[in-house]
Amino acid sequence: MDEDLTDPQLLQMFEIMYKIRQFELTAYDLLGQNMIPGTLHTYAGEEAVATGVCLNLTDEDYVSSTHRGHGHCIAKGADINKMMAELFGKKTGYCKGKGGSMHITDFKVGMLGANGIVGAGIPIAVGAGLTCKLKYPGRVSVAFFGDGASNQGTFHESINLAAAWNLPVIFVCENNLYAMGTDIRKVTANPNIADRAIGYGIKGIIADGMDVLDVYKKAKEAIEHARNGGGPTLLECKTYRIKGHSRYDPALYRPKEEVEEWMKRDCITNFKEKILIGEKHIDQNVIHEIEQKIIRQIEQAVNFAKESPFPENSSALEDVYAEDLK
Amino acid sequence: MREIKYVEALNEALKEEMERDPDVILLGEDIGKEWQGAFKVTKGLEEIFGPERVRNTPISENSFVGCGVGAAMTGLKPVVEIMFGDLILLAMDQIINQAAKMRYMSGGQASVPIVIRTPFGSGGSYASHHSQSLEALFTHIPGLIVVQPSTPYDAKGLLKTAIRSIDPVMFFEHKFIYKKSGPVPEDEYLIPFGEADIKIEGSDLTIIATSMMVWHSIKVAKELKNEGISVEVVDPRTLVPLDKKTISDSVKKTGRALIVHEAVSRGGFSGEITKMIIDEAFDYLDAPIKTLGGLPTPIPFTPNLEKFVVPDPKRIKKAVIELVP
Ligand SMILES: Cc1ncc(C[n+]2csc(CCOP(=O)(O)OP(=O)(O)O)c2C)c(N)n1
Ligand SMILES: [Mg+2]
Repeated sequence: MDEDLTDPQLLQMFEIMYKIRQFELTAYDLLGQNMIPGTLHTYAGEEAVATGVCLNLTDEDYVSSTHRGHGHCIAKGADINKMMAELFGKKTGYCKGKGGSMHITDFKVGMLGANGIVGAGIPIAVGAGLTCKLKYPGRVSVAFFGDGASNQGTFHESINLAAAWNLPVIFVCENNLYAMGTDIRKVTANPNIADRAIGYGIKGIIADGMDVLDVYKKAKEAIEHARNGGGPTLLECKTYRIKGHSRYDPALYRPKEEVEEWMKRDCITNFKEKILIGEKHIDQNVIHEIEQKIIRQIEQAVNFAKESPFPENSSALEDVYAEDLK
Repeated sequence: MREIKYVEALNEALKEEMERDPDVILLGEDIGKEWQGAFKVTKGLEEIFGPERVRNTPISENSFVGCGVGAAMTGLKPVVEIMFGDLILLAMDQIINQAAKMRYMSGGQASVPIVIRTPFGSGGSYASHHSQSLEALFTHIPGLIVVQPSTPYDAKGLLKTAIRSIDPVMFFEHKFIYKKSGPVPEDEYLIPFGEADIKIEGSDLTIIATSMMVWHSIKVAKELKNEGISVEVVDPRTLVPLDKKTISDSVKKTGRALIVHEAVSRGGFSGEITKMIIDEAFDYLDAPIKTLGGLPTPIPFTPNLEKFVVPDPKRIKKAVIELVP
């Protein structure tokens, strides 16, 4: 493994992944209890991707996200109280209850927004990349998107543009093999999305999305390349979701053996057992304390959300324009 | 008569038309056996007709609608499902610049017998990207037929007509009507475009309502009957072509018109119906025409705000009472 990483850095990776996992499992539960309205898409299982990528970013760097965006928010440093309150539709949430799960945004940490439209975040990241290039050299922009999104025209058009203009954009495809019930192998002849990079004249890299160290290392290379003016990279992370796509999806379209195979590769359990304990001999109590701290933080977030008020009806008419149109 | 759900009525229409005409094919995201359509409209159809005719597409709205346009121009009869009405916006070029104008631009050579069906409307906290009512955009475009059935009966009869139409049809299904039931005959029937339906007869005021607002208006009409106000509810069913006669005859009879839709009021189709009533029945009006639609905002996520921005039975009732002395 990467010798550069110190124990505190490795523990930080663990903490972020664990936080995403607990947040997601808790939110999923609350959805089932109808405490959270609408639907949501959990990132559980895919934590290594957002964590490995975002640990290479600062608050000044941008990310655009997807309908499955909670992991990107947390990895980018968003406040879980405000996230949870938004899932509940409360006034204290990131979007004052108007956005919900699919629209969480935090400009303070460069999170340009989850997105309800598959593929719509990709060009937005390219625009942020243009801002980086013209105004803030050294900053970068990351587009997260799924395997399904890679078949949108925006994928092609955005990568082509970023490559032609040599923009500091990293295109991170989270290939979890499915788009709702559609197996990527049935709608795309080449299952390696990264192979497409060559057509755009940029580098395509495949990372093991269940291994945070592999994602971290490959993202680091791509991000440094972009920071130094080298232009975009297409980074495909092979990953898998634990739950169904959204509310009410038992995910029966995934063969049992396939699910079992991927669950054995769980990014958190393996990292904890093989790397933290097995290789680094980190005291289990230290890990346990981190876990307990996160569990308490999530509980607090849920309480914060529960105790917060719903927005007043009159607020429905606010934020449509910058100022009231008379 | 038997009662079936709106979603079942649509499913039957697809099934019957696919049995009748081997050129009818389905295109769309997750419409195959694994998911059966996001709202289950295509349930069981891949099992019957196979993956050649029930084609699960990649997430590429502009391209699979375009594929449907090309297929329609060359002899197939595609019915394309757009998973949510909001996602139609990704296919606007193919719908508006291609499908709608193809006949005209080709000097009458091309026909584009395509149906684009989509669930629309608010009510489930799906937020701003999954809840809009966009039908008015399409009524503005010459070359498109725009259908918005409110009941299982209308849904089945109109979808069958849409599939047989030789011009492109935009077919809007309200997500929160899918599970509502109503009478649907076992025997085959078709409903022609351009025929409004009087859902409830009355004499004091006409509500012209579409889709979910038809259900709300019927509820209000029943309540007001007990309070001595007789409301007629007219459902245009198709916005293009619009049944001017049934609507204006009703207004001539009652002398009062309230037009209700879920879509944002500003720029909504109620403006067009108002204009039509002024043209056809102005002299018969005993009160100004009133319109009721969504507030000028995107659809918010949280349940109380979401309810607040679209018309509900309470607001419809209030509007009627204001018009009837
Ligand atoms: C333009 C568009 N088409 C369809 C949908 C409905 N939809 C939501 S998520 C999804 C699947 C996305 O799959 P993928 O990009 O692989 O992301 P994943 O859910 O696997 O993370 C679909 C079809 C949508 N929201 N936007
Ligand atoms: Mg996917």
